[in-house]
Amino acid sequence: MQRLRLVRLILENGIVFQGKSFGAERPASGEVVFSTAMVGYPESLTDPSYKGQILSLTYPIIGNYGVPAKSETDGISDFFESDRIHASGLIVQDYSDDYSHWSGTESLGEWLKRENIPGICGIDTRKLTKILREEGSLLGKIVFEEDHETDENSVFSAADYNDDSTDFYNPENDNLVAEVSCKEIIEYGKGDKKVVLIDCGTKLNIVRELIKHGVSVIRVPWDYDFNTLDFNGVVISNGPGNPNHCVATIGNIRKALNNEKPIFGICMGNQLLAKAAGAIIYKLRYGHRSHNQPVRRIGSNQCFITSQNHGYAVDESCLSSDWEPWFVNMNDGTNEGIRHKTKPFYSVQFHPEAKGGPNDTRFFFDEFVKLIVNH
Amino acid sequence: MTNRILENIKKVLVLGSGALKIGEAGEFDYSGSQALKALSEEGVETVLINPNIATVQTSEGVADKIYFLPVTPYFVEKVIKREQPDGVLLAFGGQTALNCGVQLYKSGVFEKYGVEVLGTPVQAIMDTEDRDLFVKKLNQIEVKTIQSYAVSSVNEALESAEKLGYPVIVRAAYALGGLGSGFCKDAKELRELSVKALNYSDQLLIEKSLKGWKEIEYEVVRDRYDNCITVCNMENFDPLGIHTGESIVVAPSQTLTNSEYHKLRELAIKIVRHIGIVGECNVQYALDPESEDYRVIEVNARLSRSSALASKATGYPLAFVAAKLGLGYGLFDLKNSVTKTTSAFFEPALDYIVVKIPRWDLGKFSGVSKEIGSSMKSVGEIMSIGRTFEEAIQKGLRMIGLGMHGFVENKELIIPDIDKALREPTDQRIFVISKAFRQGYTVDEIHELTKIDRWFLSKLRNIVDTAEKLEDIRISRFYLQLSGNNDYYTDFEEHIEILELLVHAKKQGFSDFQIARAVYKDYTNDFHTRQIRSYRKAHGILPFVKQIDTLAAEFPAQTNYLYLTYNASESDVKYFGDHRSVIVLGSGAYRIGSSVEFDWCSVNALNTVRKEGYRSVMINYNPETVSTDYDMCDRLYFDELSYERVMDIIDLENPHGVIVSVGGQIPNNLAVRLDNAGVNILGTSAKSIDNAEDRHKFSSMLDRLEIDQPRWKELTTLDDIHKFVDEVGFPLLVRPSYVLSGAAMNVCSNKPELERFLTLATEVSSIYPVVVSEFIEDSKEIEMDAVAQNGELVAYAISEHVEFAGVHSGDATILFPAQKIYVQTVRRIKQITRQIAKALNISGPFNIQFLAKDNYIKVIECNLRASRSFPFVSKVLKINLIELATKVMLGIKVEKPEKSAFELDYVGIKAPQFSFTRLQKADPVLGVDMASTGEVGAIGSHFDDALLTSMLAVGYRIPQKNIMISSGGTKSKVALLEACRLLRDKGYNLFATGGTKKFLEENGVESTFVAWPDYKNAELKVNEMIAEKRFDLIINIPKNLTERELTNGYMIRRGAIDYNIPLITNARLAGAFIKAFCRITQDDIKIKHWEEYN
Repeated sequence: MQRLRLVRLILENGIVFQGKSFGAERPASGEVVFSTAMVGYPESLTDPSYKGQILSLTYPIIGNYGVPAKSETDGISDFFESDRIHASGLIVQDYSDDYSHWSGTESLGEWLKRENIPGICGIDTRKLTKILREEGSLLGKIVFEEDHETDENSVFSAADYNDDSTDFYNPENDNLVAEVSCKEIIEYGKGDKKVVLIDCGTKLNIVRELIKHGVSVIRVPWDYDFNTLDFNGVVISNGPGNPNHCVATIGNIRKALNNEKPIFGICMGNQLLAKAAGAIIYKLRYGHRSHNQPVRRIGSNQCFITSQNHGYAVDESCLSSDWEPWFVNMNDGTNEGIRHKTKPFYSVQFHPEAKGGPNDTRFFFDEFVKLIVNH
Repeated sequence: MTNRILENIKKVLVLGSGALKIGEAGEFDYSGSQALKALSEEGVETVLINPNIATVQTSEGVADKIYFLPVTPYFVEKVIKREQPDGVLLAFGGQTALNCGVQLYKSGVFEKYGVEVLGTPVQAIMDTEDRDLFVKKLNQIEVKTIQSYAVSSVNEALESAEKLGYPVIVRAAYALGGLGSGFCKDAKELRELSVKALNYSDQLLIEKSLKGWKEIEYEVVRDRYDNCITVCNMENFDPLGIHTGESIVVAPSQTLTNSEYHKLRELAIKIVRHIGIVGECNVQYALDPESEDYRVIEVNARLSRSSALASKATGYPLAFVAAKLGLGYGLFDLKNSVTKTTSAFFEPALDYIVVKIPRWDLGKFSGVSKEIGSSMKSVGEIMSIGRTFEEAIQKGLRMIGLGMHGFVENKELIIPDIDKALREPTDQRIFVISKAFRQGYTVDEIHELTKIDRWFLSKLRNIVDTAEKLEDIRISRFYLQLSGNNDYYTDFEEHIEILELLVHAKKQGFSDFQIARAVYKDYTNDFHTRQIRSYRKAHGILPFVKQIDTLAAEFPAQTNYLYLTYNASESDVKYFGDHRSVIVLGSGAYRIGSSVEFDWCSVNALNTVRKEGYRSVMINYNPETVSTDYDMCDRLYFDELSYERVMDIIDLENPHGVIVSVGGQIPNNLAVRLDNAGVNILGTSAKSIDNAEDRHKFSSMLDRLEIDQPRWKELTTLDDIHKFVDEVGFPLLVRPSYVLSGAAMNVCSNKPELERFLTLATEVSSIYPVVVSEFIEDSKEIEMDAVAQNGELVAYAISEHVEFAGVHSGDATILFPAQKIYVQTVRRIKQITRQIAKALNISGPFNIQFLAKDNYIKVIECNLRASRSFPFVSKVLKINLIELATKVMLGIKVEKPEKSAFELDYVGIKAPQFSFTRLQKADPVLGVDMASTGEVGAIGSHFDDALLTSMLAVGYRIPQKNIMISSGGTKSKVALLEACRLLRDKGYNLFATGGTKKFLEENGVESTFVAWPDYKNAELKVNEMIAEKRFDLIINIPKNLTERELTNGYMIRRGAIDYNIPLITNARLAGAFIKAFCRITQDDIKIKHWEEYN
């Protein structure tokens, strides 16, 4: 039995969970969200969309295959979705310190410690999920206890342990996109056709998928006016937090909508494109974070299992008449994509680049590249 | 749901899987039942062919018409001709239904009668079943398969192996559960195996072995609009080399990265689209543990054992959905049946781990090899659920019911060579790992020997670590803490440490007993276990109840599918304490002697409980059952049937009462302890159950009632045994309580036999007494299945065995209603039954076994619970004895059925199914210990057609020409004489061994002499003729236990099995079978469904 340090997760509604620390021993706060994905913790933790969030995993046994090496190919990490962990903390039921995999070079705990991110195990993550489901997303903080032995069966209340040195943090108020976006233009690939990738916090697999198709990628900061560049198409990436902060991005997209060059939005890209097209965005009760979200192409019998990670959604009722809803979530009926009725502008709320999650909609990249090649 | 496309489909034929056998068991009752439910819901008329009378699917109201006929092309065509169905479902009855369907398709029968094959097209099935086609098909889409060569002769096999390099694996095409498959490390092994395998299949596949790779499976669903989902993936604990049916399996996969998981998932979907599956399908992979390299092992284009497991593991009703897709629905048309609001087009997210562990019964067979490998030998399985691997595996190891308490704290295993036992896996391997850790082996060392992934081994190591910590607790300290005697107890630190350790142990699945055992070592008694229970309860160390909801709590679900875990801090269920729950204890893992029949009983009890206005609650953990389907009851606890766990649930449920008499021996054994804990046992009291179970108490009760019983004694010394022999004489039935090897019971006919059995096979001592009873030869065995209320007989069914006593009732061919016993016997049996019912004040189901010789009736056994034959007699009689018994147990006054209800104008026969083909080297002889794995029931207008139907349904064939007879002792020779005359008159060629030939000649029946295998110079040697498949039927009656008899007889019997020649080893049964097929032909068997017999 490992002697791990006791640590608490305190929710803004006063509920306290007690667990044990397996990551960095420092307090953290953010919005507590859950993901039902059963694999892919290295991908999720490095996904910039988790910025400002404490991630709880519903699959109870985590860390099994360790963490892969930080190797790179052509300047792009082989295994991660960005260069660091973006989530503010990780919550699991049962942590496996003894990992086993050919690609593993360190344990999840070692990695979290190295990246200075706290990790808690021994939490009833199903109970936490149900709280988040019933009450909607909640702010929370991870607080370390003083070093004294405590009977773990005694009852805690928030008041007893509310550590004033750590405040609740609401990521909604900050422009997280600005924090995670690249600071200057980065170029990838050698293709003739050029795709501008608006980096709102892009996952590297969007870059990998594009260059795999032989195009070159110009990754620009979130507020960069890419319209000044020479390019053949635009991809608007995923990203963290509230899309309403991205006024500059929306302005740049609006300009691009006056042209005919193909535009493809992913996740936050869907929300930003929709906003540019007149729609409004609202916050979901507790978001979609999983690898099993079913979507249907409206007006067809085609359905796809998709990977998702978003807390906001498009209210399609306000779309201007040139636009139409394209995909719908089969579980709760929320919007999963929009497209322009005549021009090559479209976006999806899910992640066709996967990593983690199913690859079923990877064909969007084939189609997008075909579109710009033929355009 | 308006999207159903196939409007022309109004009537559908469903093929079942027949008797339970190794490789094809209860999972197909589950999938067939689900399919029938899906069809009925659409208003489709259903016709089912399945001779397995003990199943739930062959119950009233499940299918519109049920034919208890063999699932063979001949009978299926007859039914099609008569019923004219519009469509047929082939994917729900295992390999039996699939093979039968493929044959009917090839012979044009479906086309001839205009029957549409629903779901996956037959061509797609053939593409997956024929190895060559399969490889070609996957090559088209550049998916890697295991390199192999299809061969049809031994020489070709050897040539291919040379090209591939040894070791190789041999697979037989079109074979269920890897029959005839195996690993060969050199040419000698390959030659032996391929000779055998070619008897089952015309085509063999020789492939390079990938021993040590991970084995991963995906369950894929596809609709006709090309929408695909993978419902579940699974990872084998045992790496490639061990058949997935023999492997411990976890779901979801544990050691796969996102990249690997989704790479294989994507490939699975690609394959399924390319092949054109409509419905459900299973894809098996080998995955390199050192890279992302993979091979597709096989694709099963049908519901399988894995799909049943996946359904239970995820809550996604695969068979139900597959049947709907077969009718033309799209996945988007269907709802998730757990949440009822979200779509069926989704992939379940689990927030728990599931572990499947096979259950073997190899100890039941003499001579069988205990090694496990690429061919299946297990007879059942369990599924355990937890929120850590440690918790799930420990639960699971208790569930398999082999007397183990988990991964640790078991009875010490004696393993002479641990390295070897790790390298060459047997049914005991997981416990060898436990032992190896205790002997200081490291995770890496065990990995080297077993190739089991280090992740699994590290988790097992954690369990051992905890056990060692518990073992280090000072007993004196522990005792003080437990007794709450804190006055003497000042060390607060230590107090907390022990408490934390207990919590930790519970989170790793330790039972109260394991904890007690760790602390008190061999001194552990029931008191210690109870003390730990009350201590942890006092400190709030309690399990929590979690729901299985398919979406990891993402959406609210009103699911009643539950399990218990210590890795939680909140229960999902709110309890009302309204005393409206009635808990039915299920039967646990299928095993020899307890199988689908108890599932039928459990399901019927649940139905009745519900109908009578109670909340029906099920506890069971067998993924192959219908009773563990969450819509069969109001609450399903997929959890242990241990005293500890049942009490945990009772504490939560606060039920009206518990039913222990419909799930076989496991719940029955709990009765007394539950009663002692103050639980309300419904029906017959625990005291009465004990009075019937306890040999001494029961025997003295019979004496008091002046009911006869065979003389018996429980003896502790050899001298006493000899004294008893002097009193009663031979033969004797000997039941040791400790068995070293071989059968647990034996009949001994003389002193040398007795000596040999007692000294070689058993131990006789005061700790291990031996029960010796008088064995009455040539007596009939009669079964009474009955229901009583407050000691008064309500309904009964009397059946008789075709074989004389000495064949276990589970292996006997049973005739109901009894046809050939004296009226006086029947009267006496009823009288005794009434007396016993009264004396034990029975309220509920019970079964009594009688011996009848001349007019003397003796009672052998009495069980105050439903017996194996309850579904059979209930269905033949058309009185549901379980429904009646359940009402009785609920305290509802029941009416006795009309007397005329017991008079039938037809007969039913229940015949056993053996799986000796799978049990290499096992002697296929019948005895007092049960060996069959399943059964069928047939109904006929008379004995002959019912017997013939039932024998055809368990795989016998009516012989064409040549019959080999070796008819044993004088009695059996005489018994078979008339049958032999009939055979001669019918123009059969008889071949007989020495004694038999002489006897037949003396009685004017000609036969050809064939020599025993150990004859040196003979023209016709029986073993050679078997190898040449010259016989259509072999009758071999074992004569005595002399060495030569045994060896020769064994070689003949085993030869028959290995060369797939029908074999009968009982003279009474052989006589009956011969007479039946000589008097009537297959064409005389009437094609009538169940309802038509009245």
